[in-house]
Amino acid sequence: MTVVTTTSAPTVATMSQPTRPVVASDATAHSQAQVSAEIAALARGYEEAGGLEGTGEEQPRLSYAPYRSSILRHPTKDLHQADPEGIERWSPVFGERDVDPLEADLTIQRGGEPIGEKMVVTGRVLDGDGRPVRRQLVEVWQANAAGRYIHQRDQHPAPLDPHFAGVGRCLTDAEGWYRFTTIKPGPYPWRNHRNAWRPAHIHFSLFGSDFTQRLITQMYFPGDPLFALDPIYQSIVDPRARERLVATYDHDLTRPELSTGYRWDIVLSGATPTPLEREEDQ
Amino acid sequence: MRLAPTPGQTVGPFFHYALPYDGDRDLVAPGTPGAIRLTGTVTDGSGTPVPDALIEIWQPDAHGNPVQEQGSLRRDGHSFTGFGRSSTDRSGRYTFTTLRPGALGDDRAAYVAVVVLARGLLHRLMTRCYLPGPAIDDDPFLVGVDPGRRDTLVAREDEHGLVFDICLQGAGETVFLADPAHSPA
Repeated sequence: MTVVTTTSAPTVATMSQPTRPVVASDATAHSQAQVSAEIAALARGYEEAGGLEGTGEEQPRLSYAPYRSSILRHPTKDLHQADPEGIERWSPVFGERDVDPLEADLTIQRGGEPIGEKMVVTGRVLDGDGRPVRRQLVEVWQANAAGRYIHQRDQHPAPLDPHFAGVGRCLTDAEGWYRFTTIKPGPYPWRNHRNAWRPAHIHFSLFGSDFTQRLITQMYFPGDPLFALDPIYQSIVDPRARERLVATYDHDLTRPELSTGYRWDIVLSGATPTPLEREEDQ
Repeated sequence: MRLAPTPGQTVGPFFHYALPYDGDRDLVAPGTPGAIRLTGTVTDGSGTPVPDALIEIWQPDAHGNPVQEQGSLRRDGHSFTGFGRSSTDRSGRYTFTTLRPGALGDDRAAYVAVVVLARGLLHRLMTRCYLPGPAIDDDPFLVGVDPGRRDTLVAREDEHGLVFDICLQGAGETVFLADPAHSPA
């Protein structure tokens, strides 16, 4: 096993490792060129079918073969259209009892300063009508600056950071704002194909005020050179839709001598039912 | 004006240290009067169990009332909040301890709302786990579902409570739901 001993600028260090041992399996047999060709063909098909005119596809495709793990795990039948009813028009309530405000700062959880670019990530959670999603739970998890998760299954030879767990929670405020202080995660290798790398991202889990608004997604950073190569990001075949996952660098969020800042707003599909609509539904 | 939604992405393989929490699957303490086990196996298109899925449930209380109480993440041992989360184990099985939900409305069959997340699943799936019984034959939603697939939305009873298997793909594929309001106009 290769041991990466670099502790400064770990993102660059791990990216420039010449070759690392790759475990042979079916999933690693294909090259990036092969996967990129599949991604390009699907993008071309979308464009030729007129996908870029009008609203376009707003969600990832469940069936997206370049992401190999999706092949046996996507439904093959159309989703059944169902108006939300009953309990689906409500959402669980989370509150001060559930979430400690300190959980929003991922840099203070392990008794020391984590390595990497400290940053603030903040934005608003809105419904499809632009109304704020108030006092609702936001959960995040991410790799450390070297691209390593504290997870038994992540065994790639980048260093763990004893001062970084990479897990946070907060509640949105009355205007729908969430705010985390964290470290910029590094990209990391995975075994979708040979020499596959995920663009740096933060996983987000969100609840709306209607349970059908439940969303699990990933936030990315602007200008990542891995976007074009990544089948998970590209599974959202409409470029306008996938750009909605990319945060904006916001210099007004930076703090002198301390941290950079990114802004990312989240829109949960559908509108929040009003209390009256809920009553009628019962 | 409608705002375009933020797209979903897969939960990935590394959620286990972040999303599960102590007591996540016990909406009531095991042994509570009326407690049942709600369990099932998640399988993929080859029939192989999915050991890295995460299932969430959201349900009304035993009388059919939505619960709006905090405390799902830090259970106090006696409040029923209606929300639970269970990762699947190495055999693809999730398990909850909960109460049988009541129905919301006299002409409706009782169900538990279910969210399915997994590595390899690019966007969360939603479905419903209906309680078996005579009410399912007249439920206005269920009668509109393809009769050949309706059973995939109905749990079966066993000696501990309810069993609701989730098949992501193939012959017995579970009926998954989409809210029409979430589709582009």
